[in-house]
Parts: sequence; C-alpha cells; structure tokens
Amino acid sequence: MGKFFAVVLTIIALVSAVPIVMHTWWMPPDISTHGHAIDEQLTDTMAEAGFSFLAAQLLLALFVWKFSERKDSGPIKSLPGGAKGLVIAALILVGTEMLALGVLGQKAWASVYFTPASPNALQVQAQAGQFAFYFRYPGADGKFGALHPDKIDEGNQNYFGLDPANEVEARDDIVSGELAIPANREVLLLIHAKDVGHSFYVPELRIQQDFVPGLDLSVHFTATKVGRYEIVCTQLCGLGHYNMKAYLNVMSQEDFDKWLKQKASEQ
Amino acid sequence: MQEASAPQAQQGHHGPPEGFIRKYVFSLDHKVIGKQYYGLALVAVFIGMTLSWLMRYHLIYPNGKIFGLELLSKVGAPGGVMTPEYYLSLMTMHGTLMVFFVLTNAPFAAFGNYFLPIQIGAEDMAFPRFNMMSFWVTLVAFLVLVTAFFIPDGPPISGWTAYAPLSAVGTDAGPGLGWGQNLWGLSIAIFCVGSLLGSLNFIATTLDLRAKGMTLMRMPLCTWAWFITACISLLAFAVLLPACLLLVLDRMAGTSFFIPAGLVVSDRLQAHAGGSPLLWQHLFWFFGHPEVYIAILPAMGIVSHILINSIRRPLLSAKVIIYSMMSIGFLSYMVWGHHMFVSGMNPFSSLMFSFPTLTITIPATVMTLIWLGSLYGARIRFTSASLFALGFISMFVSGGVSGFFLAQPSIDIYLHATYFVVGHFHMVMGVAAIFGVFAGTYFWFPKMTGRMMSEGLGKVHFWFTFIGTYCIFMPFHYLGLAGNVRRYSSFVDDFLLPLMPVHRFITIAALITGAAQFIFLYNLIHSRFRGKVAPVNPWEATSLEWTIPSPPPWNNFGDRHPVVYHDPHQYGVKGSLGDYVMQDSPEKIENES
Repeated sequence: MGKFFAVVLTIIALVSAVPIVMHTWWMPPDISTHGHAIDEQLTDTMAEAGFSFLAAQLLLALFVWKFSERKDSGPIKSLPGGAKGLVIAALILVGTEMLALGVLGQKAWASVYFTPASPNALQVQAQAGQFAFYFRYPGADGKFGALHPDKIDEGNQNYFGLDPANEVEARDDIVSGELAIPANREVLLLIHAKDVGHSFYVPELRIQQDFVPGLDLSVHFTATKVGRYEIVCTQLCGLGHYNMKAYLNVMSQEDFDKWLKQKASEQ
Repeated sequence: MQEASAPQAQQGHHGPPEGFIRKYVFSLDHKVIGKQYYGLALVAVFIGMTLSWLMRYHLIYPNGKIFGLELLSKVGAPGGVMTPEYYLSLMTMHGTLMVFFVLTNAPFAAFGNYFLPIQIGAEDMAFPRFNMMSFWVTLVAFLVLVTAFFIPDGPPISGWTAYAPLSAVGTDAGPGLGWGQNLWGLSIAIFCVGSLLGSLNFIATTLDLRAKGMTLMRMPLCTWAWFITACISLLAFAVLLPACLLLVLDRMAGTSFFIPAGLVVSDRLQAHAGGSPLLWQHLFWFFGHPEVYIAILPAMGIVSHILINSIRRPLLSAKVIIYSMMSIGFLSYMVWGHHMFVSGMNPFSSLMFSFPTLTITIPATVMTLIWLGSLYGARIRFTSASLFALGFISMFVSGGVSGFFLAQPSIDIYLHATYFVVGHFHMVMGVAAIFGVFAGTYFWFPKMTGRMMSEGLGKVHFWFTFIGTYCIFMPFHYLGLAGNVRRYSSFVDDFLLPLMPVHRFITIAALITGAAQFIFLYNLIHSRFRGKVAPVNPWEATSLEWTIPSPPPWNNFGDRHPVVYHDPHQYGVKGSLGDYVMQDSPEKIENES
C-alpha cells in the first residue's frame, strides 16, 4: 500500500507540474508598461512555489515508500539533525525566501500604486453599474461635468447623471460604451460605481481594480499594443455578472483623435 | 508549563440521562452532542456537494436540463434549466453550508466535543447546558439558512462573503436579495452565538477539567488544536456576529452602516447615506481569515494525533507543532487585508498585510517538515485513517504553495477573483480539512459506535477521493493563470471559451469524486449496525479515549478518575503491551523526555 501511495503521489506531482512548465494555460501576453514587473514576480514565485511543491511531495512519496510496513523490529531511527535542524532550516530558507518575495513584490506593487499618474495623462472616467461599463471623456474643456445620481436616466442615455442644461462642463463630455485609448500614452482611469460593487479587469493589461460604491478611486496605466481586449467584471454584482463586459480599444494616437472627434459629433 | 491538575470538581456534575429525549435529543452528554454536530455536518456536506454537482453541470451545459430541479425552484430552474441567478443562489448556499456547517462543525465542534473531554480525562464539558444549547442554536441557524431554498424569492445570490452593498440594498439589486438574504444574515448571526458558546466551553474545559497528571504539555496534539481553535473562534465569531446584525439592520431597519449615499440601483435612487462597503469587508475578513484556520487547525491536530499512531513513533517534536499552531493562530488576525488588495484600500496597507501573510509560511513549513521528517525511519502502518492523514499532508502542501502568490499584492492584481483563488482555498481549507475529518472518522468510529468500519471500502474511498480531488482542484490553478474569472454562471467571453475543455474535465472529475463519497456514506451507515465489534483499543493507541469501553459509558470513565503519567507520544518504546505505553499506565519508560 505504501509503495502504491508513493507511486501515485509521484505521478500526481509530476503531471501537475507539466502544464505549468509548458505554459499550456498561461497569462495572455502583456500589453502594459508595468506588466513585466508583475509577470517577473509571478515567474519567480512560480519557481519557488514549484520547487517547494515538488520537493515536499516527492519527499513524502520517498519516505512513505521507504518506511512502509518495515518488518524488522530494530530500533526506530530518527532523522539526522532532528527537529532543531528542520526548524532552523525552515526559518532560514523559508524566511529568506519569503522576505525576498515580499521585498521584490513590493517593487512591482509600488510601480503600479505608489507613483502618481503624470499630469498630462489622459483622464477617463469609468462607471460600472448592473451590468454594463460606461466611459466618459472630459471633452474640449478638459473638465468633467458633476455627477447627479438623481438625474441618471438610462432611457435617455444619461448613464452618468449629467446636467448639461445647467452646467457648462457637462455639455462637451463624451460618453462611450467602450474604452478607447491611445497606445503609449498614460491613462488615468477614474473609478466610479453607480450601484453595487464591480471590478475592472483586463488580463492583458495586468490591471484589476474594484469599483467601490461611495469611494472615488483611480488607476493609471500605459497600454503599448494596439488591439481590442475584453474588460470583464470580477466582483460579484448580481445575476448578470457573468455577462458584464466591455472592450478596451487601444489605438494609435491618430486613430484615437479621429475616434474622439467622431464621438464628440455624435453626442 | 504549569503543572495544573483538576480537582475532582467534575464529579457528578450531571447525572445519568433518563428517557429517550434526554438521552438522544436534548442531551447534556458531550458525546451525544459531538455526534449531533457530526450528523448535522454530514447532512450539510451532502447538500453542499449536490449543489456543487449542479453548478459544475451548469457550467459546461448552461442550457442543459437538470431532472427534478424544477421541483426545487420553479423560478430558479424553469423547465429544469438553471437561470444565471439561481446558479449564484446555489453557489452562495454551497459556500455558506460548507464553510460554516461543515468545515467549522465537523473537525472542531463534532470531534472536539466528543474527544476533548475524554482526552483530558474529564467526565464532561465544563458547561454541559451551554454545550447542549450551542448545538441546538447551530441547528436553528442551519434550518433558517435552508429555509431560503423554499421561499418564493429563493436563496441569496451575493456569495458566502455577502459583500455590501449588493447584500444590503434589498430586492432592487436582484432576485434572492429579499428574504433570502435576510435569512442568510440571521442564520449566520445565530450560528455565531452557537460557536461562541461552544468555544467558551472548549476553553474552560481544557483549562479547568484536566485529570491528575494531565499537564498542558501532556495533552494530545488534537486537544491542543481544538483549544487553540476555540481561542481563535471566540475572537472571530465575536466580530462576525455584530457585522451580521448591522447588515440585517441595514436591510430591515433602514440603517446605513454599509451603504453610502447616491446609489442608483435599478433606476431607483437609494434612500441611504453615510455607510461604507469597505467596513463590511474589514469586519467580514477579520472573521473570514481566522475562519480558514478554524477549519484547518483541528485537521492539523487530528492528523498529528493519527500520524504518530500510524508511524509508531513520536513526532520529531510535539512542542514545535504546538508552538507553530499557536503562531498560526496569532498571525491569523494580522492578515485579513490580503483579501482586499484590489478593494481600493490604501495601497500602503496592502504591504502591511502582505508581510504577515508571507510569514505564516514559516510555521506552516515547520509543521510540514516535522510531519515529513517524522516519517523518516518509521514503521508506517496503512489504515484508511493513516492514508487520509498522509493525504492531508500532500493536500496541505499543494494548497499552501499557491498562497505564496496570493500573499503578494502585485501578483494578486492579476490572480484576484480568478479560479486560482478558488483552487487555493478549496485545496487548503476545503479538501485538506475534510481529509482530516475523514482520517478522524476512520480512526475514532470504533470508539464512537463500538463497531469497526470496513477498511477495504475505506481504502477504495481514499483512492477515489485522493486522485479525484487532485483532478478537480489542480486544474483550477491553470484556469486562474489563464485569467478565468470566478463566480460566473457561464463563460461567454472570448478569452474564456478556449478553457472550456478544462472545465469539462473538472466537471467529470467532480461527478466521479462526489459519487465516491457514497461509498463512505454506505460504509458509515452499514458499519454502524453491521460492522465488526470494536475492541477497546483497536489501533494500539496511547491516549485516554482508548482506555475506556467502545462506546464509552455516559460518564466516560465510570467511577474511575484517570491519572496520567506520560504524554501521548510514547510510541516506539518498550512497553508492557507492545511498542507503546498508554498515558494512564504507571510503568516507567526508558529515556522518557
């Protein structure tokens, strides 16, 4: 029974590692300037986690194989070094490992969250509501009109609750169902929840940020690759959660300017 | 360590039970209460498992008919086809049942109640009436929760974490958020009361009712685990209780603890102002993270207890296991924020939560190395119990290493809310803890019922479960790495479609592994009535539960007051009975530390 356990466990451990090593199911290619730091951190962590996983499982298999149902009645041997050796080894090895991961990981985190967006970043407001995202650009005046929740009227396409009749800033605001941005220019995304919690997740962009009702948050990023990517909601928001999506459209600066002009004329 | 020993205070603190109701229903006997908890967990786990079958089926056949589902809910499954909201209802109920009524009840309340008093040589718990109350309160919580299946609106859809404001604003936000969510909040609040009573009892019993010679360091490792768990549980449920009450007030009394101003839900401006959704998250996870350890620590203790019996030698160091469990318990209160890295919480606090989370790896690794190192040079006996104990170590490692990723805020940006997280907590908190429960069941069943379980069936059950759970939960990690979002009732996004073959594989594995659990159920019921009669000490074990008849009499030790001479780790020694010496045997042991 012990040998069978050892063989099954060894097979499980090795087979489990194959898709990881082969990258059979893996992160999509990164399209952001900050993403490589996250990817590197994930790869480093995978090396450490993978080593710990294989070492522990194979050691378990080896010991179970070797010490199952021994017939001899000789005295029971103990691991050389005993508990003290193991505790010291764990403290030093795992301690350094975790400290290293913690410190290195902090750098990747800092690159996203501790540096403010540059002043000339493109400002876009994202609003999440059950079960759609809407995006708002400030228009020619560079200023967003104020939000009035009581003025929200989806039937008349006033998704944000703007009041253009009384407010000048709101008149040229551009509202869109997709997030169009120029490549290689920093974007400051202002996060606003209309009803319940939602989340903004673009796997390729390596960005995930919750929409928290009552809390105005922001993230900033620079996309580097032209293309269309899915934005999905990752915070449970109700029955249509699985279907809540929008598109991130990364364009060249030229195409973006054209797009913005066209959108402005449609408003 | 303090040489505490209990005076005979427990003597006659309740008399023998008389009549059916006092004996089996409203019993003061900790053993009956332990079995009641076990029975409740068993009912809950089979409901929870059936829900996971339904969900897994729906994920690969979103338009598939499920025979009989319409009978359970006409609205949720018109024509037998599950609606997206009913998927979320079942998911919420699955999580709530499993976390509260299975993972908290089975390893801690069920086995702890039955064996903690016996293992320390006590006649019963310190407060038998509180103990009875804790079970019946928990049962009420269960019934209140399950009622949600049968109300017109259906069970809540906000997940077991019930994030506000989705859980707080009521039916405007969707189906299931009316009375279903009310019942959820009330049920969990009631559950907290039951858990608080239970934890108090565990702590008082451990500290006050130990037999003569039963010093703290001579307590079996599972008793230690239950004791530490009780301390964690006392603090954790004490926070969840008010959180749930505030949620219920927001819903039913119009308060705004978790709801800010200006929310427009279903085109209606909500009449709330001043609350904070993040407050709910902080309160919930202040409970929620320690809860993970409430599930896993008793399993660690049970496995350590069974492992030394199976390998016929003491662990390299029992003290290190105890101190590791203590430090895990302590650290469990400093890490709740790692559930909230992308919640909009101050990014600096993410770092403050990340380091203690990574630090938990140290005691966890130490424990794993002690278990592994203790196998070296041992003579392992293979029983169903020892297989599940060894399987636990494997599962604990597999579930633990994925924690390296999720402890780091930078990686969490990508992996948060993906199947990677689902794989992580199912393996480490779900499967590993359940392996502890299985090990405990096979090990203690003879003592609890006076009959042996079938070892043959137990081993078949082990192989299906061990291989099956790897087939289910390993691929969850691959899905998460590919960005597969959790809590989706079907996968309609382009980037998720290529992952469908993996989902199909998981569903098939889940159906087979789930079916294999009926082998266990059959073994349990059949052996209860038809199993071989169990001797007093079938596994040649050392702790006090094996010194009394199987099943034990109502007052455990009869009129005897056990005296303890050794710790329970005396295996691999020359004793009068064989390679072990029982805790209450006055014989001298060579080289006893």
